[in-house]
Amino acid sequence: MLNGPVIVAASFIYLLLLFAVAYFGDKRADAGRSVIANPTIYALSLAVYCTTWTYYGSVGRAASSGLGFVPIFLGPTLAVALWWFVMLKMIRIGKTNRITSIADFIASRYGKSQLLGGLVTVIAVLGVIPYIALQLKALSGSFAILVPPGDGVSGGRGALPWLADTTFYVALSMAAFTILFGTRHLDATERHEGLVAAIAFESLVKLVAFVAVGVFVTFGLFDGFGDLFSRAAREPQLQALMRMGAGGNGYANWFALTLLSMLAVMFLPRQFQVTVVENVNENHLRRAIWLFPLYLLLINVFVLPIALGGLMLFAGQQVDADTFVLRLPMVFGHDWLALVVFIGGLSAATGMIVVETIALSTMVCNDLVMPLLLRYRWLALQGQGDVSGVLLGIRRGAIVLILLLAYLYFRLAGEAHALVSIGLISFAAVAQFAPAMLGGMYWRGGTRAGAVAGLSGGFAVWLYTLLLPSFAKSGWLPGDFLQNGLFGLDLLRPQELFGMQGLDPLAHSLFWSMLVNVGGYVWVSLMRPPSAIEAGQATLFVDVFKQGRPSDGAFWRGSAHVGDLLPLLGRFLGRERAAHAFDDYARSRGVTREALQADAGLVHFAETTLAGAIGSASARVIVASVVQEEPLGLDEVMNILDEASQVRAYSRRLEQKSLELEQATRELRSANERLKELDRLKDDFMSSVTHELRTPLTSIRAFSEMLLEDPEIDVDDRQRFLGIIVSETERLTRLVNQVLDMAKIESGHADWVDDEVSLLDVVEQGAAATSQLFRDKGVTLEMSLPPAVPALLADRDRLVQVVLNLLSNAVKFVARGSGRVRLSLRETAEGLQVDVGDNGPGLTPEEQRVVFEKFRQGGNTMTDKPQGTGLGLPISRQIVEHYGGRLWVESVPGQGATFSFLMPCGKSAVRKEDAG
Amino acid sequence: MAKKILIADDEQNIVISLEFLMKREGFTVCVATDGQEAIDKVRSEAPDLVLLDIMMPRKNGYEVCQEIRTDPGLQGTRILMLTAKGREMEITKGLAMGADAYMTKPFSTRELVTKVKSLLDLPA
Repeated sequence: MLNGPVIVAASFIYLLLLFAVAYFGDKRADAGRSVIANPTIYALSLAVYCTTWTYYGSVGRAASSGLGFVPIFLGPTLAVALWWFVMLKMIRIGKTNRITSIADFIASRYGKSQLLGGLVTVIAVLGVIPYIALQLKALSGSFAILVPPGDGVSGGRGALPWLADTTFYVALSMAAFTILFGTRHLDATERHEGLVAAIAFESLVKLVAFVAVGVFVTFGLFDGFGDLFSRAAREPQLQALMRMGAGGNGYANWFALTLLSMLAVMFLPRQFQVTVVENVNENHLRRAIWLFPLYLLLINVFVLPIALGGLMLFAGQQVDADTFVLRLPMVFGHDWLALVVFIGGLSAATGMIVVETIALSTMVCNDLVMPLLLRYRWLALQGQGDVSGVLLGIRRGAIVLILLLAYLYFRLAGEAHALVSIGLISFAAVAQFAPAMLGGMYWRGGTRAGAVAGLSGGFAVWLYTLLLPSFAKSGWLPGDFLQNGLFGLDLLRPQELFGMQGLDPLAHSLFWSMLVNVGGYVWVSLMRPPSAIEAGQATLFVDVFKQGRPSDGAFWRGSAHVGDLLPLLGRFLGRERAAHAFDDYARSRGVTREALQADAGLVHFAETTLAGAIGSASARVIVASVVQEEPLGLDEVMNILDEASQVRAYSRRLEQKSLELEQATRELRSANERLKELDRLKDDFMSSVTHELRTPLTSIRAFSEMLLEDPEIDVDDRQRFLGIIVSETERLTRLVNQVLDMAKIESGHADWVDDEVSLLDVVEQGAAATSQLFRDKGVTLEMSLPPAVPALLADRDRLVQVVLNLLSNAVKFVARGSGRVRLSLRETAEGLQVDVGDNGPGLTPEEQRVVFEKFRQGGNTMTDKPQGTGLGLPISRQIVEHYGGRLWVESVPGQGATFSFLMPCGKSAVRKEDAG
Repeated sequence: MAKKILIADDEQNIVISLEFLMKREGFTVCVATDGQEAIDKVRSEAPDLVLLDIMMPRKNGYEVCQEIRTDPGLQGTRILMLTAKGREMEITKGLAMGADAYMTKPFSTRELVTKVKSLLDLPA
């Protein structure tokens, strides 16, 4: 059923479908209802990371090295975790500077350098072409499996002439496809919405197809994961694959692969294209940060099962593990599934080829061809014609050229390598961008010379240790330099540089190239300070998130004419679009196009708009040709930076001040709350004192008035009344004294006459002083005292006051005649404790809580009202606490109460500092 | 028939002085030393006027006042509040609870007698 025409037809139908998706995406974009303004689509488009290399090659790698395929996906997952910092900044920089490619990014950062842009482009093209070749290889390989050679339209292998080789036509149709997709407009920062929609669609297709095979193998050919793994575990060779480090992959190699993939997922030209250039909304990153790793996880779940299943089912046959995904459904007679798998592989390949080629063609056009054309001056200075068509032509040519180069690589070197090895060579190449990129985003000191040194050094090492050996192994170069080193020097053996052994070629190459790259970048950068333009660009990149950074065009001074700038833009963008852009700019300034001033802002605007089309380095040269620029000295740039940083510092100070003010306001408010509370407490206190003063005064006044008015009152009453007057006067005196005492203690103005005191003496003195009270009411006092206790440093009279207070309270509350009070003193771990227990009515929990508050007299359940002031316990507690002790009550209602206080022991008793 | 006055106060000495004063003016006197007892006495003794202290155990003067005023059988009872705090708030609250008049402690015995008589519609 599956023959050449069916497959070719299916492929074309699929490609048409992609076009339909892309067309729909573009139409929606034109109508202003973007389909890709959606974080899920964004995340799916990032999955362009998964190429045929993942699709076919992961299984191959798993079949030879077990878990060795994991780092390629572990790396991105780890890298994504840092994206909220790194990638967000990269996107912001890309947007503000209208960056068109990774070459443009690096060139722009280091002073809009044409040299750097060109260098990055060369590295990217040379580095990535094997990777594109790999896609062609996979496509033609999968075709050849479905339709074995000799079938008329079959996939050709090796010896066939070009024109009879399907791969050649695959390459050409991919070129056509890419041209149609990617070069409809010129401005690269104007996003390819349809393209992104198609890429996201493809990501879904390849995921579904791969998972379908996985499910088929795991559940169709085997009885689920358990069955598959347990059968694999019985075969000794396969057992080894399920362990870490299988296939000779030491941890160093694992680490190298993981690191490489971390860098690749950020710096591969196509990843930069979809992540930064095609990004619509920075917030889409939020979803991509978890969705993209999830995608990677899903597409990898079945890698090991398929590899193990293939190894078991094809045991003894010479079957390339890279083809398991396709062969398994075929061999077991599921042609339709095989076709789905083929389409999935086609998805993976076209997605990669289209995006990668667009990214590369933009770089080739803007950073390689344009500078050359500008150098010969005929384009920039002569003629006034519209050159936007020329630019598109260059890009289309570049696309065709790149695909032809990839085909060439496929023909020359492709047969010798497994898919994974080719891909890793590309990864190692783009990893060279990392120091200049990351350094440029976070380090102001990086210079153009440093970036050139690092990039070219790293690239050279990569070329020598990885690319040339790959050529040599495919027989395209003489292989003896591999064994003997360049010029016969053993130290220069490409895969054992300076005698370093024990790493696989990739880790080895990564180590040396990164060492040379980072070392060269940092060392050369440090050799001299950044120039004016480097310092200016460094600020625009490093401080992209800071407020108060230099405004647009701050680093430009000179004179220009709107009449020059507008036609200039028109030549590159098309007259209509240029006029449109100027109108928008004028509107944002609140003027008409005619009234625009050709100031630094407008020149900057023209340059960045142009940069969006032809890259920052070329844009700078072209704009410079029509304006009179006065070069800024380094000190002037530094002044501008200084001003900006002063503004920044000033706004930081303002922010800080306002924070401080807020803080002060909060503190004032809470202080005010506290004062209000204190005021309320004071009011309550005054009200209580008033009440306590007025009550005895009431009796005194009433009796005095009656005695005064009525001399006839009989002697007994007179005596009784006078007695009451005297005792109420005493009560008043006591109250006044205690209130003053309390106030003094609370305000810290009390006099404390501290001396060595024995608490034993204190307790005995208190008991003696209250003995009359006890006798009067017929209450028994039981004492339990130790023979001796350690001395305290305290005010003796105050402590006596406490004991007196507790004893007289106890007497007050027990019943006349049957009352019993126990007084004890003992030494505990914490200090000396005095307990005064009684068999009175006790206190409810509520009463226990409030009894130490001022003017809270107990006795609600008493018939004879206690003659206290309500200040005894609060004062006692203050005294005890003054010496670092505690005063508390334990009671069960109806069973008496025990008031206790504890004084910390020894002469070093803790004291508050407030003793007057 | 002599009018009956209930003295409700928890301060023993104040009770003694008021009792003596009221008896000297010819009133019949009964005594309560907390709020609950005051209510019970109002019900059992049906006094014409209560000299009511506010700060009392068990039930305070406001509660006593409110209970008397909500009992239809006790509508004739006059209430003279005696407060030792004397803040505006307490006086207002007392009057709101249904007291007929108030006096702040310490009071003039003569004024107190005058006020009691006027509340009972007796000639001064």
